[in-house]
Amino acid sequence: MKRILPIVIIVLTVVLIAMATIQPNSLSPATSPDGAVRALFDHVKARDYKGAFAYVANSGDMDEQAFAGDLAGRDGSLRTYSALQQADTRVLHATDDQALVRATLEYATAVGAFYDTRDLKVVKQGDRWKVDWPVVKEPKVPPQVIQENYLRWDVITRGSNDDWGAQDVEAPRVRIISMNAIPQGPNTIIVGEIENEDTVPGFVSVGATLVGKNGDVLGEETSFDKISHTLLPKEISPFRIDFPKVPLSTVKSVRMTPTSVLVPASADPVIGVLHQRVETDARGRHVLKGELMNESGVTVNIPHVLATYYDAAGKVIWVSDGYVDNALLPETPVPFAVDLRDDLASKVHNYRVTVNEYMLQQGE
Amino acid sequence: MKEIEGKVKFVGMMAIVLLLMCCFAIATHAAELNIPATVTAGSGLTIPSSGSGNATLYVVGPGTAIKRTVQLGQEIQLSAAELQNAGRYVVSLDGNNASFFVVAGPVQSIAFLARPSRVPADTPNVITGTAFVFDKYQNLVLQPQPVTFELTADGQTVSRTETTKNGVAFAKLDSSRKEGAAQFVASSGSASVRRVVQEVASDPCSIRMTAVRDKNGILARTDPIHDCAGNPVPDGTIVTFTSTDAQGKSTVDARIKQGIAQAELPASNDATISVASGVVVGNEIQWRGAQ
Repeated sequence: MKRILPIVIIVLTVVLIAMATIQPNSLSPATSPDGAVRALFDHVKARDYKGAFAYVANSGDMDEQAFAGDLAGRDGSLRTYSALQQADTRVLHATDDQALVRATLEYATAVGAFYDTRDLKVVKQGDRWKVDWPVVKEPKVPPQVIQENYLRWDVITRGSNDDWGAQDVEAPRVRIISMNAIPQGPNTIIVGEIENEDTVPGFVSVGATLVGKNGDVLGEETSFDKISHTLLPKEISPFRIDFPKVPLSTVKSVRMTPTSVLVPASADPVIGVLHQRVETDARGRHVLKGELMNESGVTVNIPHVLATYYDAAGKVIWVSDGYVDNALLPETPVPFAVDLRDDLASKVHNYRVTVNEYMLQQGE
Repeated sequence: MKEIEGKVKFVGMMAIVLLLMCCFAIATHAAELNIPATVTAGSGLTIPSSGSGNATLYVVGPGTAIKRTVQLGQEIQLSAAELQNAGRYVVSLDGNNASFFVVAGPVQSIAFLARPSRVPADTPNVITGTAFVFDKYQNLVLQPQPVTFELTADGQTVSRTETTKNGVAFAKLDSSRKEGAAQFVASSGSASVRRVVQEVASDPCSIRMTAVRDKNGILARTDPIHDCAGNPVPDGTIVTFTSTDAQGKSTVDARIKQGIAQAELPASNDATISVASGVVVGNEIQWRGAQ
């Protein structure tokens, strides 16, 4: 009896150590096309890109680092500040040895949920299904010198010791050049454009107050991020102000409050918006697509696209926006797409795209 | 009859009251303090007194309250420091009261409001200067004073002299034809204050661009952009280049740098290229691949 107890304890200890050491194999082979895609994104969700790479069929065509960069983002882009929250899969069509699976991905980001839809080819290798991951060539900017004549505005403001008559530099003169209140279901949306008419840059914001038929205030909102806040001289920005659950029929008038503050600013970088066109996406929705081209020599980490849509009379009828989850490297085109309300698509006669840029490190 | 008696009584009482008032006035006049009606701020004051013994002097004025025991029959001194603030002062000595005014001294400083800080060039009556004149004790100088407003831009000076009214003078001046930092000076006596008014170019008068093929596509470039007075439109002003072809519309919001704006547009064999800045539209180029 004296010997049995220590032996039992030793055996139990060995068993427990073995249980703790040997993990269950989470890389179980996928037995269905959508199972392979789900398993891949489950690993991505856990930021286990090595595990996710095990479900890639064409692993010989790409390295694990490029695969991880494609999913986790690079160059300080919005994707690097996001986390995959949900991945829904749907088999579009399948044969015995290959299938097409649509993955609808939802990322949580600092600017709200970000959605990505990928149609992935899945192939059967032996008894396992694996994802034929599309090879994305990582953009490489050739070594070069891009000459920039940096233009900046700095501001010397009135000091605390100045006498009371000393004038301060005035805020830039801005003007709302168009404004339109439109209904969207039970909501009222105010869209329009604001121009910096001055010769100095300004930080602008637009507020709106809805006044009801009895003169009561129905709501006050601001454009928040649906505007280019920093406007250079003669720059025009669209703005959109949403009033949820305030029907337009209850609104008698709208009070607009544009504000501007003189701020130091840089005139760079310049971002071209190339090949803009309205198309319908895989789900039949109207989207405005194009490419962003960073024409300067510094990386733009988080681009924000604002699209203004006009009717035949030149009136602003909608403003949509979207963040691009890839960074803009110099001289490298990056695709973008922003949605367009399907009910307005037939009325859109013209459109204009502007880009906000957010940079982690100014190249100055 | 009673009515007539009442009126006679009333007239008699009024006569007695008037007599008493005259006697009081005569008595007061006899003891009146000999103080000048006005004193310049910071100059001090000597008050002669008569009689003998001690008395208490009270002086009350703007920001000033003095209580002092003085010797009657001697001159009473109020120092310059005690009479710095302009306004009405009341002196009370041994039951006798008098008042005088302290007025501002010569102009020593100017508070100068120049508005606005930026104006479009070549615009009439657009710059306003308002000058408030003060003495060395920050009293507003209410006496009329000449104030000279001088606006110097591009080596040329426009000068105008205005006279203050209640301590304030103002002038409206035209901005010069040429853009730049205008020096706006207000001066009066030995005081002078300078402000800077930025005279800036107006909207572009016209925009003309050319386009050439380059290694990445089409390089569109404007000629130097000026306003209608010939001033270069400030650097940093947005100029939008638009190219429309079969692949869609491409736009670049370029900035004017060193007087011109340029942008790289995507290569195309058949494109319409246009340029605009604000509400001013420039020329249009029909680009063909062979160009």
